[in-house]
Amino acid sequence: MTRITIDPITRIEGHLRIDCEVDGGRVKKAWASGQMWRGVEQILIGRDPRDAWAITQRICGVCTTVHAMASVRAVENALDLEIPVNAQYIRNIIILAHAVHDHIVHFYHLSALDWVDVTSALKGDPAKTAQLAESLSTWKGNSKHEFAQVKDRLAGFVGTGQLGIFTNGYWGHPAMKLPPDVNLLAVAHYLQALEVQRKANKIVSILGSKTPHIQNVAVGGVANPIALDSQSVLTVERLMAIKGWIDELADFVKNVYLVDVAAIGAFYADWLGHGAGITNYLSVPDIPLDGKGTKFALPGGHVPAGDPAKFKAVSRFGDPFFEDNVAESVKHAWYKGGKGALHPYKGETDPQYTDFQDNGKYSWVKSPTFQGQPAQVGPLARVLAMVGAGHKPTINTLNRVLDTAGAIAKTKIPVAALHSTIGRHAARAVSCAVQVDELANQWKLLVDNIAKGDTTTFNKPVFPKGEVSGVGFHEAPRGVLSHWVVINDGKIVNYQAVVPTTWNAAPRNEKDEPGPYEASLLNNPVADPERPLEVLRTVHSFDPCLACAVHITDADGRDAIAVATDGCGTSFCA
Amino acid sequence: MDQAPRRIVILGVGNLLLADEGVGVRALELLARDYVFSPEVELVDGGTCGMELLEPLTGADVLIMLDVIRAGKAPGTFIALRGDAVPARLRHKLSPHQVGLSDVLATLILTGEAPRETVIFGVEPESLELSLSLTPRVAACLPALIAATLAELEHYGVQSSPQIHATAPLLASDALTAL
Repeated sequence: MTRITIDPITRIEGHLRIDCEVDGGRVKKAWASGQMWRGVEQILIGRDPRDAWAITQRICGVCTTVHAMASVRAVENALDLEIPVNAQYIRNIIILAHAVHDHIVHFYHLSALDWVDVTSALKGDPAKTAQLAESLSTWKGNSKHEFAQVKDRLAGFVGTGQLGIFTNGYWGHPAMKLPPDVNLLAVAHYLQALEVQRKANKIVSILGSKTPHIQNVAVGGVANPIALDSQSVLTVERLMAIKGWIDELADFVKNVYLVDVAAIGAFYADWLGHGAGITNYLSVPDIPLDGKGTKFALPGGHVPAGDPAKFKAVSRFGDPFFEDNVAESVKHAWYKGGKGALHPYKGETDPQYTDFQDNGKYSWVKSPTFQGQPAQVGPLARVLAMVGAGHKPTINTLNRVLDTAGAIAKTKIPVAALHSTIGRHAARAVSCAVQVDELANQWKLLVDNIAKGDTTTFNKPVFPKGEVSGVGFHEAPRGVLSHWVVINDGKIVNYQAVVPTTWNAAPRNEKDEPGPYEASLLNNPVADPERPLEVLRTVHSFDPCLACAVHITDADGRDAIAVATDGCGTSFCA
Repeated sequence: MDQAPRRIVILGVGNLLLADEGVGVRALELLARDYVFSPEVELVDGGTCGMELLEPLTGADVLIMLDVIRAGKAPGTFIALRGDAVPARLRHKLSPHQVGLSDVLATLILTGEAPRETVIFGVEPESLELSLSLTPRVAACLPALIAATLAELEHYGVQSSPQIHATAPLLASDALTAL
């Protein structure tokens, strides 16, 4: 029995440690542990609820905007405040552009190198790579000339001894299976993705006034004045620039990202059998189409037992089906407990640190449940819910990915194969393609509404005497994000943020059941405990918000060897 | 540097929720409030972001980073890092957000768009506990951070541009109530 510890090195939100017991080349037991107390909620108590979004978007790095959105929605829900539809459309465009950015970066820059061997790409043949690429897609960047250039650039880069961002990859690992031509294709798209992701960032910065850390959100709407004839506000020129970037993003996502996921997934078809874990899925609807949040472009809800046919929708902001069924246990977390799982409005965050106790307390992350059960959140939960809801664009996109992968692997791949490590990547790409189309749609809705003469973007909030409470939910890139606020006489008296990584990185719950990361790692292969690439593949497939290095710890808990990992070098959360 | 830089990015990084962790962002806020810069200078509030900074940092000739730096000195000590000390420091992850930032800079090297020169100005922290306020000893170092940044700009000839005006006296205590 070998114990592997994947340990954090940062204290940004999400700092995760994974422990595995490995026997006979398989993971037999796993623990997920949040290594820092994220007590940001405490900082909000006594503050003006109108300021909470600006503070919560500092919880973490990449997911700044998502916390801003969930926070204003929570306060608006508490006040039963309707916002102008223009404000919804502008928020929706920011949300979707951010999500598209996040998914592209996660796949190409933070996790692809778990599957793609950069050094092998140097042996790729540009002509054969182009032949393969052109058989799969019409993307303009798939020429022989392009691949030859990338190969030269890579050779030059490697020749300088400065592998830089590629330094810490598991090159030559026996679990790396792609042929050199496919590796070259993936590296070329890695570089093209660097260019393309900037377009999404530009959209967020124009509408959000600033990125990172958008400035345009307000309880009651957005602070973007709309005047088509003024230079300083949202003009036709700016709106047209946004449309141009949306089109470029859509081209890349559909003709490159979707195709690459299908192709890489087909070469790693054995990974469709690993990493399922918890198949009780939870998502929420998002992209509201009216001021109150009763109609949504993208459905969400509960998919029990991994079966989209059993889908039950969360139908509106504040839906009691969501609001009443969330609870958090601290039985295995470093907080004082003994009261059982608590609803977030009643949530307590009173630290009680012990050491890492395998069978006791071992994490700063609370263990959330939906209807008393652990739930997996994220793009896979979102896609299965949209399939269950009969959302046509999702079903069509998913079928296209499964058909493409099936044609390459020469076997039929069923929807059920999505309950896996590779399946989470495929679902993320499907989600991204659906979101980029919805992004274009929201842009059109905004432009059409402005053309009707509606330029309202803000309804002033009024805070009542006495106590009100509300939940704001948001289907963030990594899944369900919810902020819970209790307000008394216009001041915050309780605030809890249940972030996606809390759901997925949950420790064991009140009934000692493992959380999604923990469950997904059971029976995961590990060829070489000193280079546990396969464990990282499964953990990274969730897109966890952590920055980590891998330490291989021997039975006595001493560091035997330390291996920095790539693909998880950036801190992400929510 | 052979020619005057076309684009200078002043990047404040850090987590505002963890007391002195936020000193780089606080210094940036004061620079934005109290000075007007010529168009080649861009102020970026990087927070704790990683790859989101790729776009704002692309094509910068000079990067001036403001940050908290743990170097084992007395809290509130001003620290400047230049030349070879910069990449080495980033690799050693003195500060958590540099994990993401080192990836961003490595990526820019790969795409041939990395800053020609990078300098880091920082302060040794006293407290990284949960708080929106800097400790007094670190807040007292804000004028040194600002002065170093302005001197650096002057080194690149930006001072000759008439657009820089101090518009308000700089009070370190303002940073304590900035948010």
